[in-house]
Amino acid sequence: MMSVTEKDIEKGSVADDIIYRLDHVTKVFEGAQKVVALDDVSLSIKRGEIYGIIGMSGAGKSTLVRTLNRLEDVTFGKVYFEGRDLTGLKGKELRKARRTVGMIFQGFNLLSQRNVEKNIKAALKIADVPKDKHNEIITKMLKIVGLEDKRYAFPSQLSGGQKQRVAIARALATDPKVILCDEATSALDPKITAEILELLKKINKELNVTIILITHEMSVVEAICDRVAVVDNGRIAEEGEVKELFVNPRSDAARKLVYPENAGFNLFDGQGRRCVRLVFDGTEAKEPIIARLAASKGVEVSILSANTKSVGGIGFGQMIVALPENEIQGNIAIEYFKFAGVYGEEVSEKSKEVIAWQE
Amino acid sequence: MAGIDWSFIWEGFLQTMEMVVISTVLAYIAGLPLGVVLSVTKQGRLAENRAVYNILAVLVNISRSIPFLIFLVLLIPVTRLIVGTSIGTEATIVPLTAGAIPIVARMVEASLEEVDGGIIEAALAMGASKWQVITGFLLPEAVPSLIQGSAINFVTILGYSAMAGFIGGGGLGAIAYQHGFIRYKTDILIVTVCILVIIVWIGQELGLKIAKKVRR
Ligand SMILES: Nc1ncnc2c1ncn2[C@@H]1O[C@H](COP(=O)(O)OP(=O)(O)O)[C@@H](O)[C@H]1O
Ligand SMILES: [Mg+2]
Repeated sequence: MMSVTEKDIEKGSVADDIIYRLDHVTKVFEGAQKVVALDDVSLSIKRGEIYGIIGMSGAGKSTLVRTLNRLEDVTFGKVYFEGRDLTGLKGKELRKARRTVGMIFQGFNLLSQRNVEKNIKAALKIADVPKDKHNEIITKMLKIVGLEDKRYAFPSQLSGGQKQRVAIARALATDPKVILCDEATSALDPKITAEILELLKKINKELNVTIILITHEMSVVEAICDRVAVVDNGRIAEEGEVKELFVNPRSDAARKLVYPENAGFNLFDGQGRRCVRLVFDGTEAKEPIIARLAASKGVEVSILSANTKSVGGIGFGQMIVALPENEIQGNIAIEYFKFAGVYGEEVSEKSKEVIAWQE
Repeated sequence: MAGIDWSFIWEGFLQTMEMVVISTVLAYIAGLPLGVVLSVTKQGRLAENRAVYNILAVLVNISRSIPFLIFLVLLIPVTRLIVGTSIGTEATIVPLTAGAIPIVARMVEASLEEVDGGIIEAALAMGASKWQVITGFLLPEAVPSLIQGSAINFVTILGYSAMAGFIGGGGLGAIAYQHGFIRYKTDILIVTVCILVIIVWIGQELGLKIAKKVRR
């Protein structure tokens, strides 16, 4: 393969599979006190993927995603969209670029005084879509998001999940290449969250729209993202495949997100027993493995905590189990988990160190 | 009550309505755009512009802090220039409108401020121009609040029109003052005041009702 130079990417000649490239992006908010919201952020987002950006509140996620459609200007660095530097765009050029990037928000941001149809129409008007096409597009969008019967409803008559569907229809109506989602499911309950995530996944697969999704919840990333960046204090702490991050979080920030101790997630049993963190990525049902271990090997492990959920009927999540005090039995359990193909790692109480035992 | 000339009162009522309605409409023609400019040029807003905001804000604040009665007297030469006289219904429209513009502007500014910033963000993300944000998002979202504000402004302008009656303007205010107060005709005073109170009440209720009806 030929090597790719920075220049090639700038020219857009190799940009085909890279839709966004951030190059040393720094954002400083000048004010009473200076806030460095983004600190030398570099990353690439591939065309057609679902890319997650996760971090604690105040980490800089919103600022990061807002640089992608230049709702926020960067202080230093470059933002390339399809090989084109967005940071230099002005006025009409910038507005035109924004029309190819849809965005949805935590607060939905619909026109409350307009019905569903008119909300979608507002986006079509801005994108200069010919009037005679509006009707057809609106019908098609409402079908995609499953709201055909709400065409003339006002936002106040819709549930949170339905409002987000309208927002998705509006974002999708102008045929964007990317949809940016800023905490799009954070105001929704888990069941509705799963439905909205399913819809985004469907849009990603069927319409080939790149999705960039911001969240503070690991479960959202687990459910639909291909790759993820962990943002901490304005920096990218870690980036890569979701599975890899989940199984082997390297940075402190990623660890905090993967072991959500603040959510009552109990890592250690307090009695000095060996503990194992098991990760279910959907390929293995969670309950049977503990039962099968007991039935076939006669080894009983105790579940200290579990944080699993079912997305589209598949179990995702993690579980902390304490091994029997007998070392041989403990090893049998570990071998069994490995054999069953469950990702996991042993966690030791004393050093609070985690030792991955599987890739 | 027997001595009341009702056709005289009716004429006063019509004059008052003419003055107030025309002044309100004219004040909105100027005050609405002024309020929009004030709102969007403020710090951190859509079209932040410190110079424009500060100049307009100072002008609006000064003209609003002058008591209307003094404003009326100050504007007499201007009124003469525009209408040819400073007495009568038409002449009163000039100071009424001028006095109402800053009030309308501030009211419009307040209504626009109530609009959730998220909707502006969404519009900008769609690629809307500033003009499109204002006409397609900001103003439509503010309509119920603008209607409510216009009812309040109508009532304020009605109050001013009554004051204008004291210095040569027409309408119910002039009747109340010249006939009711100066000539001690208590019945006329009571009747005109009652009519003014009823107009205020109807105006307020109507404004609230319409605002409530259009709010989604
Ligand atoms: N407009 C702004 N002015 C000043 N500081 C800001 C502004 N927007 C965000 N910040 C600051 O930047 C940091 C990152 O904010 P944000 O990107 O919203 O974080 P997140 O979305 O991860 O919660 C925070 O410290 C926040 O206070
Ligand atoms: Mg945020």
